Amino acid sequence: MTTEELKNLTSNKVVDARGTACPGPLLAAKKAVGEIGSGEILEIYSADEGTKVDIPKWCQKMGHEFLGIVEEDSYTRLFMKKA
Amino acid sequence: MNNEFEQQIAQLQARIGKMEAGTKDQLSMVVFSGDLDKILAAMIIATGAAAYDMQVKMFFTFWGTAALRDPKKTGKGKNFMSKMFGKMLPKGAGKVKLSKMNMCGMGTSMIKSIMKKNHVASLEEMFKTAGELGIVIHICEMSMNLMGFKREEMIDYPNLDVCGVATFLADAAESKIQLFI
Repeated sequence: MTTEELKNLTSNKVVDARGTACPGPLLAAKKAVGEIGSGEILEIYSADEGTKVDIPKWCQKMGHEFLGIVEEDSYTRLFMKKA
Repeated sequence: MNNEFEQQIAQLQARIGKMEAGTKDQLSMVVFSGDLDKILAAMIIATGAAAYDMQVKMFFTFWGTAALRDPKKTGKGKNFMSKMFGKMLPKGAGKVKLSKMNMCGMGTSMIKSIMKKNHVASLEEMFKTAGELGIVIHICEMSMNLMGFKREEMIDYPNLDVCGVATFLADAAESKIQLFI
């Protein structure tokens, strides 16, 4: 998805993991994914650089669809769709 | 001819079935080290694996056992040697030191403040998270005896058991990943 498309996307759940370093954002994502339904969209805020590489890898292994990232000033918004 | 093929396929299916039954999506870890840095690495890998829905089993042995002591608890009925060991060894995850650059504790307190600044969870917090994620902790009974630790002075943790090497080997044999830290 393009950045514009992602920005217009309505997430079913937003989890703010900016206050944690590895593996905080990943654990936050895992917890949040358990709280949404199949096909719903989860948005993760992370200030940890590694998350940008980690979350797509994790999604691939877990079967979720990684939609893309939107870079903000001091953090990243990551979008994924639950399988 | 057909019969032979069918037989071979049946044999192969049986072998694949056996292989698949042998390995679970499981991570087995030996935590031998009692150093802050190494236990932190172990805990990060363990919680990360739990995010992948892997069953995680950590076997704490030798120096690692000291990190599981609860600073608020004391063991009863200890002999002189056990008491001495108890005094000399770190009392819990909050007291373990860096493996390098400890510098009489200065390095350890420096890394702890840097960890805080970088939002890295402390060891105590990691243990709490691990418990919530269903990570199993096994403590080596022999090591506890050597160090003079008692079961009642260990932390309150949801899945904690005292056991021996056979338990670790049984878990490790059916795990996809095994680590020694």
